[in-house]
Amino acid sequence: MRILSLAGRRLAASIPTLFLILIGVFLLLQFAPGDTVDAMMAQMGGGDAATARELRRFYGLDLSIPMQLANYLWRLVRLDLGFSAIYGKPVASVILERLPPTLLLMASSLSFAFFFGLVFGVIAARGVNRWPDTLISTFGLIFYATPSFWFGLMAIVVFSIYLQWLPAGGFEDIGAVRTGIWRVLDIASHLVLPSLTLGLIFLAIYLRIMRASMLEVLNLDYVRTARAKGLDETRIITRHVLRNALLPMVTLIGLQAGTMLGGSVIVETVFSLPGLGRLAYESVVQRDLNTLLGIVFVSALLVILVNFITDLLYARLDPRITAES
Amino acid sequence: MNSSRFEINRRTALLTSAAIAANVLNPFRAFAQETPRKGGVFNVHYGAEQRQLNPSLQASTGVYIIGGKIQENLVDLDADGQPVGVLAESWEATPDGKTITFKLRKGVTWHDGKPFTSEDVAFTAMNMWKKILNYGSTLQLFLTSVDTPDPQTAIFRYERPMPLNLLLRALPDLGYVSAKHLYESGDIRQNPANLAPVGTGPFKFVKYERGQYIIAERNADYWRSNAPYLDRIVWKVITDRAAAAAQLEAGDLHYSPFSGLTISDMARLGKDKRFIVSTKGNEGNARTNTLEFNVRRKELADVKVRRAIAHAINVPFFIENFLGDFAKLGTGPIPSTSTDFYPGANTPQYPYDKAKAAALLDEAGYKPGAGGTRFSLKLLPAPWGEDISLWSTFIQQSLGEVGIAIEIVRNDGGGFLKQVYDEHAFDLATGWHQYRNDPAVSTTVWYRSGQPKGAPWTNQWGWDDGKIDKIIDDAATEVDPAKRKALYADFVREANTELPVWMPIEQIFVTVITAKARNHSNTPRWGSSSWHDLWLSA
Repeated sequence: MRILSLAGRRLAASIPTLFLILIGVFLLLQFAPGDTVDAMMAQMGGGDAATARELRRFYGLDLSIPMQLANYLWRLVRLDLGFSAIYGKPVASVILERLPPTLLLMASSLSFAFFFGLVFGVIAARGVNRWPDTLISTFGLIFYATPSFWFGLMAIVVFSIYLQWLPAGGFEDIGAVRTGIWRVLDIASHLVLPSLTLGLIFLAIYLRIMRASMLEVLNLDYVRTARAKGLDETRIITRHVLRNALLPMVTLIGLQAGTMLGGSVIVETVFSLPGLGRLAYESVVQRDLNTLLGIVFVSALLVILVNFITDLLYARLDPRITAES
Repeated sequence: MNSSRFEINRRTALLTSAAIAANVLNPFRAFAQETPRKGGVFNVHYGAEQRQLNPSLQASTGVYIIGGKIQENLVDLDADGQPVGVLAESWEATPDGKTITFKLRKGVTWHDGKPFTSEDVAFTAMNMWKKILNYGSTLQLFLTSVDTPDPQTAIFRYERPMPLNLLLRALPDLGYVSAKHLYESGDIRQNPANLAPVGTGPFKFVKYERGQYIIAERNADYWRSNAPYLDRIVWKVITDRAAAAAQLEAGDLHYSPFSGLTISDMARLGKDKRFIVSTKGNEGNARTNTLEFNVRRKELADVKVRRAIAHAINVPFFIENFLGDFAKLGTGPIPSTSTDFYPGANTPQYPYDKAKAAALLDEAGYKPGAGGTRFSLKLLPAPWGEDISLWSTFIQQSLGEVGIAIEIVRNDGGGFLKQVYDEHAFDLATGWHQYRNDPAVSTTVWYRSGQPKGAPWTNQWGWDDGKIDKIIDDAATEVDPAKRKALYADFVREANTELPVWMPIEQIFVTVITAKARNHSNTPRWGSSSWHDLWLSA
């Protein structure tokens, strides 16, 4: 229960931060030349000044910047995210439509990266400076250093164009209307390549962290004690070492949930996934302030939520944390 | 003899019946080359989502590529580029050019079952083309009313003469009709039909998933009998050009219109037998690369400097090495694809000549200073395509050689329009000018003075020339086609002499389409057209 109140306090503390972030993004976007009507004109390939004026009034862009900001914040307080100029419908419903692909992508690539990072990190630490370690570390370095769009495109060339095993893009097959388990499998097959692409970079990071923290914990006194009292090696690793070595990994997951939203822009673009990352990019290009602020708001909520879960996990792994608070 | 002949006959008969049986089982095999095949799904690459799908409200290829299959225009262009009736069957203008009468097609119904009538045309013309549609509001500026004496007649009345040819060449793009009964109440811009269009076209709207796809299916009650052939069209939203090329190769896409892929991918796929890569079917979507001079800037106000800049750039070299087969040397604001108005190349041209450029700059009084630099300029390239980006770098390097230092300032779409067309915060700008079948639709506004500030793709360079203005105004209301053509020849000569904008490269959009497609690219604006006769071979 104490961990819950700790986490609850953190949640409360993040609300002013959220508002500061939103005001910051609002003001930052004012520095970008052009507004949503300019972007719209660019799309249309031309128009006259009277139309532009009419549209500006329509979108409320003829008001002064402080007025627009005040309007926005007042709406936000009433939990109204406003109306999207590009999509012609409420921002909340635009974001809700785009949330599932991003959440699925984040969850699958994070769990992929976490699981394999953990396994390979342990293997590398167990065989430190021998060939498994060298091999794993080399691959880790390659994954880390390669840009994800290149990985994605290569994956498409190999698995979609040559082998024709997996779809080249999209979230689900539109040609066939599927329901139930077939739809789940269809979406899963569309998510394999993007999750691997997005996950590989994170895998490389997890692998390094896991290897380092395993090596550190393996040299601690209590591990020596466990060995001295004759416990078998597997038991030492799983019961004693892993649990403590996992702490930095869990911290990292909380931090990376935010990074991942940024990284997903590229992966979502390469694989034509209709996710939040691409939506954010498009709203910047089209100067759709309401949508962008809505995404920032929802992403911030997501990060806060992930951090909340991380806190709970942390407490489960290391009981000292709850005791200290 | 008899028996053997009988044998032969019987064998022939048996063989024939076997062949018939085979054809019943596989009816398309024998006629695959000649007879159009019904059915199939056509997957289209859709690169940039628009905010709505109704072509009566927004003139852009991004809308036509979808809305143009669902809604129809009064007039389209045929294979020879001549106006051909779609919803209109015939037309007639009075000699003074102030009244134009359209006879409309009978027996056409909207997708919701209501009949199509002249009321729809009158409503669309007065409330959408005249008030909201970009370019439409300029074209229909002097439209006073549309009379509807009967359901099959729409009479357009103009305050000033409207050349029939101009209207007919503009209507393929600016003449899409919307249903009055869906739009007459409420705010037109907010109408739900803008995102779920209802039309009279060969395909019916089914579904739009933002950021993913749009689906339309065949309209079984279409007025052209036996059309369309396709069961469905699916537009897949793919913003990344490399990803789109991959999906074409993987067989998930059939068609990428309007130069939607990278130049290198288009060249690569051109060698692949599975695809046809060509500019055919895009003649009505010609565009020119521009160099726009802000004449408010002292140096650029001097025509010698503008001419020197043009002479300093080796355009043929740039085309050959960077654009390949997809472009050719331009000769002015009216491209050579415009058979009705192209005046030929015997107007002032600016071939590459570095020495002449230097001499002109010296003559204008801009001698090289320290380090060989005469003066420096800010160049804003539009972000629409990789050719513009390459072209701006090429300009920078070429002008550096004659002593003009260029600073390139890159922006995204909104930023570029704001800075060039609203704030005039540029010295040089470069982008595309799109030619729309008649110079009066979207070309002369690049040269006519008095354009309101903030209107994109108009004369925002501060150019003011009474002579050019007069030619433009005369041509816009000249009813005699031969006189109009002569006036536009004068216009090109003046524009190339004074050079407020230089249009040195002509390009036509490139189409990448599967080799299985039939009846494709057979009109000058095929990507925007209705695709009623398109079919896919097995």
